[in-house]
Amino acid sequence: MNASHSYLQLFYAVYSKDLTLAFRQRAEIVNPLLFFLIVITLFPLAIGPEPALLARMAPGIIWVAALLSTMLGLDKVFRDDFNDGSLEQLIASAYPLPLTVLAKVLAHWTITGLPMVLMVPVFALLMNLDTQLLTATLLTLLIGTPLLSFIGAIGAALTVGLQKGGILMSLLVLPLYIPVLIFATSAIDTSSMSLAYGGQLAILGAMLAVAAVMAPLAISSALKVSVS
Amino acid sequence: MWKWLHPYAKAERAYQLCNTLLPYFTVFTVVSLVVGWVWGLAYAPADYQQKDSYRIIFIHVPSAILSMGAYSSMAIAAIVALVWQLRNAELAVVAIAPVGAAMTVIALVTGAAWGKPMWGAWWVWDARLTSELILLFLYLGVLSLYHAFEDKKSAGRAACILSIVGVINLPIIHFSVEWWNTLHQGATITKFDTSAIDPSMLWPLFVNIAAFAGFVGVVTLIRLKNEILQREKHRPWVRNLVSRG
Repeated sequence: MNASHSYLQLFYAVYSKDLTLAFRQRAEIVNPLLFFLIVITLFPLAIGPEPALLARMAPGIIWVAALLSTMLGLDKVFRDDFNDGSLEQLIASAYPLPLTVLAKVLAHWTITGLPMVLMVPVFALLMNLDTQLLTATLLTLLIGTPLLSFIGAIGAALTVGLQKGGILMSLLVLPLYIPVLIFATSAIDTSSMSLAYGGQLAILGAMLAVAAVMAPLAISSALKVSVS
Repeated sequence: MWKWLHPYAKAERAYQLCNTLLPYFTVFTVVSLVVGWVWGLAYAPADYQQKDSYRIIFIHVPSAILSMGAYSSMAIAAIVALVWQLRNAELAVVAIAPVGAAMTVIALVTGAAWGKPMWGAWWVWDARLTSELILLFLYLGVLSLYHAFEDKKSAGRAACILSIVGVINLPIIHFSVEWWNTLHQGATITKFDTSAIDPSMLWPLFVNIAAFAGFVGVVTLIRLKNEILQREKHRPWVRNLVSRG
């Protein structure tokens, strides 16, 4: 890589490389979505099919399912690059590592988070959600899923050098997901009472802003530890 | 300050410092633990409403305070380790983590034992209980991450990064669950002069908090000594130490 490229070009190169790779192995995009759908299917079977009960629990179920399927894709963010050695090259290159990391995390969100958000209206039909709740669920997922990608990527970066990092990563990351879950479901609850839920959305947005700035730094130093 | 601290970056000096501090900490802990427990469990007056079962605060409150105190010390050690690249500070992180986890478990178990007669349930999904449980998960995360690495050098640094990430998240977790649901009573001893607890109960509580802090110090020092010896086992000074007996 020639050092005369601009940072924007670097960002675009890393981002489009990850997207291209994902689109060539479509299972990577489809599998988390299928998992998402199956988890959501399991809940009515487990707790009973009454529409009122389902509508009450649907936002929480959708959120927990989203959380779990984000975890599924996380291990892949750095694993392939680590195995073929390109991660070392990215670390050794003259470009700032946090920028590369930012591109990779956003690519992960585009592959797993965004399709989930787009699929939610379909699942809402399954779960008997009305339009008001659906809007709230969509908005919280739209702000919340990139946040999940940022936080989760820290865990992925810490465990990428380990042989069996997958389960360990979920142990590290899930406790850190709790605030996101709480604020998101609280926003949805508030909207179900027809109250304004801009406050919770603003807090989620603030957490996303902080994570977008801080997480790439943490991820880069974690990657340096894992690769060394 | 750097000039004064710098010699302790050397493992041997840090080991000697542990040895010097350990007797003071041990004496302090034993004395204050005996005084605090006897005073709190036997002599402090019984509560007018909860009778004698309130006495669990002499164990529950100190361990809960120390579970958070140990996490902050761990995070400070982690920052020191990453910023100044001091390996001894990494070892300190590893030394503190299980002690803090044990304190968290004690706080949770004693809390459950008190909650059963008082609230009528071993566990309720209340803000403080939940954040204490999450604190335990964070401790266990740091520990299992450390033990997952073969190479102990990267293990130490990875544990440091995770504890810093955790300490940034801890206030967010705390306030989010606080807002989510609260049953636990508010803080009683934060406002010292207008405290909501009677002095006859407050003083033994303070003695116990100091005793638990000393106890965490003792165990951490012993663990730190072990970690230093294990990490440095090929160095001549450790061999001399062992051959001297």
